[in-house]
Amino acid sequence: MDSPTTPLISRRDALLAGAATAAAISTSSAPAAPATAQAAPAASAAGFRAKLSLNVNGTAHALDLDTRTTLLDALREHLQLTGTKKGCDHGQCGACTVIVDGRRINSCLTLAVMHDGAQVTTIEGLGTPQNMHPLQAAFVRHDGYQCGYCTPGQICSAVAVIDEVRRGIPSHVSADLTARPILSAEELRERMSGNICRCGAYSNIVEAITEVAGSKA
Amino acid sequence: MKAFTYERAATPAQAASAVAGRPGAKFIAGGTNLLDLMKLQIEAPVHLVDVNGLALDRIEPTPEGGLRIGALVRNTDLAADERVRRDYGVLSRALLAGASGQLRNKATTAGNLLQRTRCPYFYDTDQPCNKRRPGSGCSAIGGVTRQLAVIGGSRSCIATNPSDMAVAMRVLDASVETVRPDGRARVIPIADFHRLPGDTPHIETALERDELITGVTLPRPVGGTHVYRKVRDRASYAFALVSVAAIVQRDGSGRVALGGVAHKPWRIEAAESAMPQGAKAVTARLLADAQPTHENAFKLQLAERTLAAAITQARS
Repeated sequence: MDSPTTPLISRRDALLAGAATAAAISTSSAPAAPATAQAAPAASAAGFRAKLSLNVNGTAHALDLDTRTTLLDALREHLQLTGTKKGCDHGQCGACTVIVDGRRINSCLTLAVMHDGAQVTTIEGLGTPQNMHPLQAAFVRHDGYQCGYCTPGQICSAVAVIDEVRRGIPSHVSADLTARPILSAEELRERMSGNICRCGAYSNIVEAITEVAGSKA
Repeated sequence: MKAFTYERAATPAQAASAVAGRPGAKFIAGGTNLLDLMKLQIEAPVHLVDVNGLALDRIEPTPEGGLRIGALVRNTDLAADERVRRDYGVLSRALLAGASGQLRNKATTAGNLLQRTRCPYFYDTDQPCNKRRPGSGCSAIGGVTRQLAVIGGSRSCIATNPSDMAVAMRVLDASVETVRPDGRARVIPIADFHRLPGDTPHIETALERDELITGVTLPRPVGGTHVYRKVRDRASYAFALVSVAAIVQRDGSGRVALGGVAHKPWRIEAAESAMPQGAKAVTARLLADAQPTHENAFKLQLAERTLAAAITQARS
């Protein structure tokens, strides 16, 4: 359980075996010793997993997961929705951005178990190759990517940014805090700063978002 | 990440009880800092008490004419609240200067107050760190110190507090409300909430382990022009080298707190009598006891110039 590279299933099996062994030892050889949090028997072995439901892109899913499973890993490894990408896994790059209950978040920095009953929208839920979301089409038209790895996160983030501006949420570069924000290139760059593009397609990304946001205004 | 059990709390006192009754248990709200640290095994709770279901997500007026901010109000919602934008602009500005849109959507008011330092040696688990492993030593002292504290540090720790929000809360004289497992509440002035490192840098706040923050109260608005200026290595989405939260009144008087320079938001009320004389006079008093390293001495001049810019901005 100490190896971060061991596959989840093995890690969990090792963990359960370890917990069972610890429980057996504590009951057979040291019955008087107070149970520590880690060696507390049956309850904790069961408690390392949790049942939850997620509604992803309009489809309900029942899941039974290790409590450590991030929302990102639940989407990618358990629901096979690999459109959402794992970049840094520490909330620094934005590749894992998804929309949960209408708000964009880093799916790598939240636990699946904390989102029981949530409505999740991933890149797969925005459009299809045959019927693209306007932002997907605009990214294609403006060449808003090079390698494409950050693109699902960029697009999910951009969908939410347009909504945030519509709802009047100010940003660091909004000149007047009490006025309605406008969707300038400066505003877009600031609001999209949590999505890193290692290829540096930023200028085309801003053009793609501007085209879609402009047509909505 | 180490294995942990998980439960959802039903009431604030029950959440506090759940943590009290379980050594190694922690509260989790937004989780944006805690989970990052758990992945690195800098934090390794054996049990998480999820407080997201507690009804602590409202911003309400107080009888005194101020605002009470629930512990679970997300940074985005606090920054966007019309009353905060109108009467406590420095707080909106500070929040919007921090993190990214995604993180602000998750991060909570209470969690922001409890952010751990971004000192690189705290994050590097191969190095000694008195915060991460009490008594192991401080690798930052004598190490790479450009981002670290210039004042209020100790022989044990020269880390800084990374929060922007807390700097604005300090200049606004906010108070932190908490609850204990037995339901007892208390109010901690923000000035006393964060501690200096001393010999126990791993103890960062005045909170007991089983004490849950329920809200933050802002006193009546004080008027004036509110400014938050943050200087960092890139234009967005980076921690402060130096930040200035200032409220400047028409007669030139005002309040100032600094971020990025100490283990807590740095404010000395006595220094503020020099506000009408300008930034140099204020920072001379505010940073009189500074003990910078050769790598971070630039922060003293940067603080003075950032305050000068803030005052100019407020008067324009």
